[in-house]
Amino acid sequence: MTDLTVKLPGLKLKNPIMPASGCFGFGKEYAQLYDLSQLGAIMIKATTVETRLGNPTPRVAETASGMLNAIGLQNPGLEKVAGQELPWLEKYDVPIIANVAGTTTEDYVEVAKAISQAPNVHALEINISCPNVKLGGITFGTDPDVARELTRAVKEVSSVPVYIKLSPNVTDIVSIAKAVEEGGADGITMINTLLGMRMATKTGRPVIANITGGLSGPAIKPVALRMVYEVSQHTKLPIIGMGGVTNVDDVIDFLSAGASAVAVGTANFVNPFVCPEIIGQLPERLHELGFDSVEELVGRSHRL
Amino acid sequence: MIKQERMQVIKQQEIAKQIFELTVQGGLADEMSEPGQFVHIRVADSFEPLLRRPISVASIDLEASQFTMIYRAEGRGTGLLSEKKPGDTLDVLGPLGHGFPVEEAQKKAYLIGGGIGVPPLYELAKQLNARGIETVHILGFESKQAVFYEEKFRALGDTHIATVDGSHGTQGFVTHILNELPSDFDTYYSCGPTAMLEAVQWAYPQKKGFLSYEQRMGCGIGACFACVCRTTKSETDYIKVCSDGPVFPAGVVIS
Ligand SMILES: Cc1cc2nc3c(=O)[nH]c(=O)nc-3n(C[C@H](O)[C@H](O)[C@H](O)COP(=O)(O)OP(=O)(O)OC[C@H]3O[C@@H](n4cnc5c(N)ncnc54)[C@H](O)[C@@H]3O)c2cc1C
Ligand SMILES: Cc1cc2nc3c(=O)[nH]c(=O)nc-3n(C[C@H](O)[C@H](O)[C@H](O)COP(=O)(O)O)c2cc1C
Ligand code: FES
Repeated sequence: MTDLTVKLPGLKLKNPIMPASGCFGFGKEYAQLYDLSQLGAIMIKATTVETRLGNPTPRVAETASGMLNAIGLQNPGLEKVAGQELPWLEKYDVPIIANVAGTTTEDYVEVAKAISQAPNVHALEINISCPNVKLGGITFGTDPDVARELTRAVKEVSSVPVYIKLSPNVTDIVSIAKAVEEGGADGITMINTLLGMRMATKTGRPVIANITGGLSGPAIKPVALRMVYEVSQHTKLPIIGMGGVTNVDDVIDFLSAGASAVAVGTANFVNPFVCPEIIGQLPERLHELGFDSVEELVGRSHRL
Repeated sequence: MIKQERMQVIKQQEIAKQIFELTVQGGLADEMSEPGQFVHIRVADSFEPLLRRPISVASIDLEASQFTMIYRAEGRGTGLLSEKKPGDTLDVLGPLGHGFPVEEAQKKAYLIGGGIGVPPLYELAKQLNARGIETVHILGFESKQAVFYEEKFRALGDTHIATVDGSHGTQGFVTHILNELPSDFDTYYSCGPTAMLEAVQWAYPQKKGFLSYEQRMGCGIGACFACVCRTTKSETDYIKVCSDGPVFPAGVVIS
């Protein structure tokens, strides 16, 4: 029997696969298609204090093997997420990782404190890396001192372990990872999207109304792998890796690079069954590669 | 229920300039009922191009478990789609969204379409006629070469064609035809470019109307917030075109 379980701070996962934040809403849509209890965990859409309407459209644009998005953290706000979305998810046997966003430290603290008390929220993912909101967001994720202090502030109020979601839009991602480790983070999730652009060739105008957007999908996998590989060597924090995962071999690659679990984002749009499919294929693929458990694979590239 | 299925391509042909009619078969078609719903199509097995393409259902044949789409081969995705041949399979996700409410029409309905907004009106016309509703079709195209399904619509009711260059029917837009027609209908249904939808709403502020909107999409099922529009209800109210629409009552969506 292949052992797919993974133990992480706050999380006992049946398997290492979970949908990434913003690519799965609050689960309702995909629940029409399959039983969410199959998933290792669910990372829900970013939650802010107030209702956010997000950016003007077009918010998405296709690019070579990827896509740009500038959704702008649209979400129904803390009250509705805690009062409606999370209770709805309680009928599934799946831990929820709540993605927390804001523009000020106070925002993050307020959401973290409240949402971490929901019974099915087993961990927080602090989104200090969204490239699509003006003010805050990205600046929290690009300055080590700011990232450390924010981590501290959130840790102080959270009732569950805190994972910090790192931005790839930095020169030295290791310094940010070390800073959040010093700040008391329990884990790291990475990577968020890479800031990019697409032009409408005929008019010369940017396609995305917000001008820039975050690049995701298969195109970013090499960047994500490299960053997971580097960060995992320089911190002791467990990593939930993501960026361009579309199939079971991508998952193996992230685990080998040093991730302990793997999130799938954009691929859900292309194949809505991608998460359960990967979970189904994982035991056989591990067996073929000569492994009996997921945990044996974690960070194997560093031991070769 | 929403399904994902590898459907069989039954037929594909070019019915007007760059306009293709594609019929597919499979259990997914049995889930279809409302006109105006759409499907989300993966045009390649690779991740290039990455995203699915939303295409409306143009007609449903429940007996044969088939449905037909009509689309313009413009960009990469629809270009690849136009290369599919009978015997090939097609990865379809659907049926998606909420379509046109046929039960809202009482006696006579206007169906107003522009370009690639015309296709969903065909299944709508069929279903309205089956309910004994008289339908009048006002359809706009770029030019004579781009006109499709004129005879099929004519078989179901009065049909008026406008072309931008005047090469067929009335020269100009559908609104030019609407100005000449009596307003003796109770309900209108419309699908086409946003500017056309706006003009149609303007023309009939007192009438009951239903409009089908387009937005760039990611997931197509309501999870990603790509396709959001604001509404006239309140400052903070919004709809998702993919899952709340694509059809909405007139006066609701701020486009
Ligand atoms: C609900 C709905 C129903 C539709 N029904 C039909 C139909 O029945 N027949 C038809 O010909 N077209 C229809 N369209 C438009 C169709 O989706 C686009 O023409 C198609 O996606 C273009 O893809 P492409 O690869 O040719 O173009 P590209 O320019 O290569 O597309 C790049 C990206 O932009 C998106 N995109 C480009 N144009 C549009 C558009 N107008 N609307 C939404 N996304 C777009 C594509 O999906 C893709 O993600 C519909 C759109 C929506 C939202
Ligand atoms: C449409 C969309 C919305 C996203 N929204 C969020 C979000 O709200 N919070 C967040 O931390 N990350 C968000 N992300 C980033 C993803 O969680 C993920 O980090 C990134 O897309 C890389 O993974 P992928 O290549 O598998 O998509 C979003 C991504 C996409 C494509
Ligand atoms: S396309 Fe994802 S919410 Fe509409």
